[in-house]
Amino acid sequence: MKPQRALAVLAAVVVSGAVAGAQVTFDRLLRSASEPDNWLTYSGGTMSQRYSLLTQVTPANVRNLELKWIYQVQSLEKFEATPLVVDGVMYTVSAPNDVIALDAASGRVFWTYSYTPSTLARLCCGRVNRGVAIAGHTIFMGTIDGHLIALDAKSGGLVWNIAVGGARAETGYGFTMAPLVIKDKVIIGSVGGEFGVRGFLAAIDAKTGKEAWRFNTVPGPGDKGHDTWAGDSWKQGGGPLWVTGSYDPDLNLTYWGIGNPGPDWNGDKRAGDNLYTESVVALDADTGALKWHFQFTPHDEFDYDSVQVPVLADITFAGRPRKVMMWANRNGFMYVLDRTSGEFLLGKPFVKTNWTSGLDAKGRPMNVKPVTPEGTLIYPGNQGGTNWYSPSFSPRTGLFYIPSWMDTYSTYIKRPVDYVEGQRFTGALPVMSARMLQPGPLVNRRLPEEGYGAIQAFDPKTGERKWAFNMADMTESGVLSTASDLVFAGGRDGYFFALDAKTGSLLWKASVGGAVSAGPMTYAVGGKQHVAVSAGNALLVYSLRP
Amino acid sequence: MKTTSFVFLASGAFAAMLGAQQAHYLPAEVEAGGRVYTSTCTGCHGPDGDGVAGINFSQGKYRRAASDDDLVRIIVRGIPGTPMAPTGMSEGQAATVVGYLRSMTAAAGASAAGGDAVRGKSLVESKGQCLTCHTIGATGGHAGPALSDIGLQRRSVDLMQSLVTPGGEVRPENRAVRVVMKDGKTIAGRFLNQDTFTIQLIDSTDKLLSIDKSSIRESSLLTTSAMPSYRDTLSAQELEDAVAYLSSLKGRPQ
Repeated sequence: MKPQRALAVLAAVVVSGAVAGAQVTFDRLLRSASEPDNWLTYSGGTMSQRYSLLTQVTPANVRNLELKWIYQVQSLEKFEATPLVVDGVMYTVSAPNDVIALDAASGRVFWTYSYTPSTLARLCCGRVNRGVAIAGHTIFMGTIDGHLIALDAKSGGLVWNIAVGGARAETGYGFTMAPLVIKDKVIIGSVGGEFGVRGFLAAIDAKTGKEAWRFNTVPGPGDKGHDTWAGDSWKQGGGPLWVTGSYDPDLNLTYWGIGNPGPDWNGDKRAGDNLYTESVVALDADTGALKWHFQFTPHDEFDYDSVQVPVLADITFAGRPRKVMMWANRNGFMYVLDRTSGEFLLGKPFVKTNWTSGLDAKGRPMNVKPVTPEGTLIYPGNQGGTNWYSPSFSPRTGLFYIPSWMDTYSTYIKRPVDYVEGQRFTGALPVMSARMLQPGPLVNRRLPEEGYGAIQAFDPKTGERKWAFNMADMTESGVLSTASDLVFAGGRDGYFFALDAKTGSLLWKASVGGAVSAGPMTYAVGGKQHVAVSAGNALLVYSLRP
Repeated sequence: MKTTSFVFLASGAFAAMLGAQQAHYLPAEVEAGGRVYTSTCTGCHGPDGDGVAGINFSQGKYRRAASDDDLVRIIVRGIPGTPMAPTGMSEGQAATVVGYLRSMTAAAGASAAGGDAVRGKSLVESKGQCLTCHTIGATGGHAGPALSDIGLQRRSVDLMQSLVTPGGEVRPENRAVRVVMKDGKTIAGRFLNQDTFTIQLIDSTDKLLSIDKSSIRESSLLTTSAMPSYRDTLSAQELEDAVAYLSSLKGRPQ
């Protein structure tokens, strides 16, 4: 290459870098569908469909996808983050709390921000983080020791670092979810369901770091719902949040899934429904005031956290247009709710269930089995029919895609348990047919009846299953759907693959050498569509062979 | 006098407390705890729980723990200044291990102590024909699990049970697989691994195979053992000799 030609190329690169200087206004977050080259929130938009309008990769050419670049994180802890891509720059988190900014075209690192969390932090299930949020020129990350950190998106320099009020790491509080930005606020909720915390969701002013409002997931004395807790049990009532919620700008409501009551596996001392654990809450985005709630599993003793991503869509249901929320719950049932009112529209099992005889007309489970000292065998098992793995909805196919754990079961045993601050507050660990955390080598000698994984597609209008793609092992992968009718997902056995969104047939697969425990996403840079997924301890990015 | 009665009362109270803290464990918990014990604890404590001086789980002999809670705490946090490192297990998982430790004490009466390992070696290698399916060191077949360090993996009581009623317990890692290919060819062997698209096994000719599932017509995992029972082929003394030999196999050159 002649020197002058090289200079011209360099100038073009510099110019494209300069174009990438626009800040991410809230309007851009709301209209993320109009700029599908970018992936601006955890679930790809505030409606959380994990659906992209990019169509360069199609069912016809997807077999030509090849690895473009790979970024190996330094951490050997579980990699659960979905990256953001903003104007050619990718942001992700290496566990527990290191933020990395990369060139989305090449994987070269622009900057890293390293945070060392307090050694007092205690998490039930690994020091994980699921990603960051962006507003303006600022990146936001929650930390496992209860801090919210604001970083300059260009340099990685610290803007502010606050200890979120009451989120004491030594008592089990902390953050693992990607925050959600609504208007001028950053919204984040705390983990700690295995440590007897009292969960909360907090809205923090993006500029100042000051708390604007707070929603306690367990109502205190005088609050509505407080009478669903016996005695003082509300004080250690749990109700953690650990997966990002959604936002409907027309209703100005934000929706969040809430986790298990404490203690997990013995409800004797918390008689009552235990609101708002195992519920979705709809909150006024400006004030945090509760508009409505729907409880999936009242008085839960099976650890069926309802922390799933609320998937919002406008569909025709029973002959009329409805603003709905689709929800594949850890308890094994798929729900469709009216998101203006919380009205129950539909609920059907999507995996084998035996903990309830079924749902009544209002969606409440009937004849729930008790946990006993002798042990109770329950389907689905403790890890549920699904869990925190992101589902997807394609407005084109009208199908709801669910990462599923098929035919798993657990034996639940009731044992006495007392609260000691900072210690686990759970009761006896259930005996599970499929292991919950899968460290080490990927060796699978399980029998089919001990459980397997699947990506399932359901019609939310009827609850009818349209197809299933079965896997030999479980999956903690999210699902991405695209406007070219592709579905991307992976599994524990170390594959990342593309399915036909209408039929579920396999169109492409890649061996990624480690479990996929994150949601895939897609973006475009330099006019070229890329598909990214975290697997094992690496971030892998695919694009079409030139 | 007063001091004595105080001590007596205190130890009585302690015993009562101990009784209250010894939980009853379900078979499923004991089984889960046993899997963890084998993968995490046998390296130092041995399968019979007598690998560390002064401690013998089969005899219920502990140095620093009395209650189940003590044991859970030690398993989770370790003992500073000793080789007993923190395991990083959750308390729930540690509790299943305690369930297994308690079951070891209960089962200890059945352990075989009267065998002669030298006689056992010759039985295993000749009359028992064990090396047809098992390796010891570099010798033997691969249809069954390798036995070179079986004395570190399994208690003598377990080994005796496997010889007498081999179908009684086939661990997931010892399952066999039978595959019928689309061209009608049948392959049988020891099941090593599978994923969504492939299956790995070692066949009857000791070949390591990875088979694409798209070329398979049908396959089945066998949960019953192909191993014959030695109840009628070996005498009671011979069985004890074989167990004594197998228990002596700890990964050292023979």
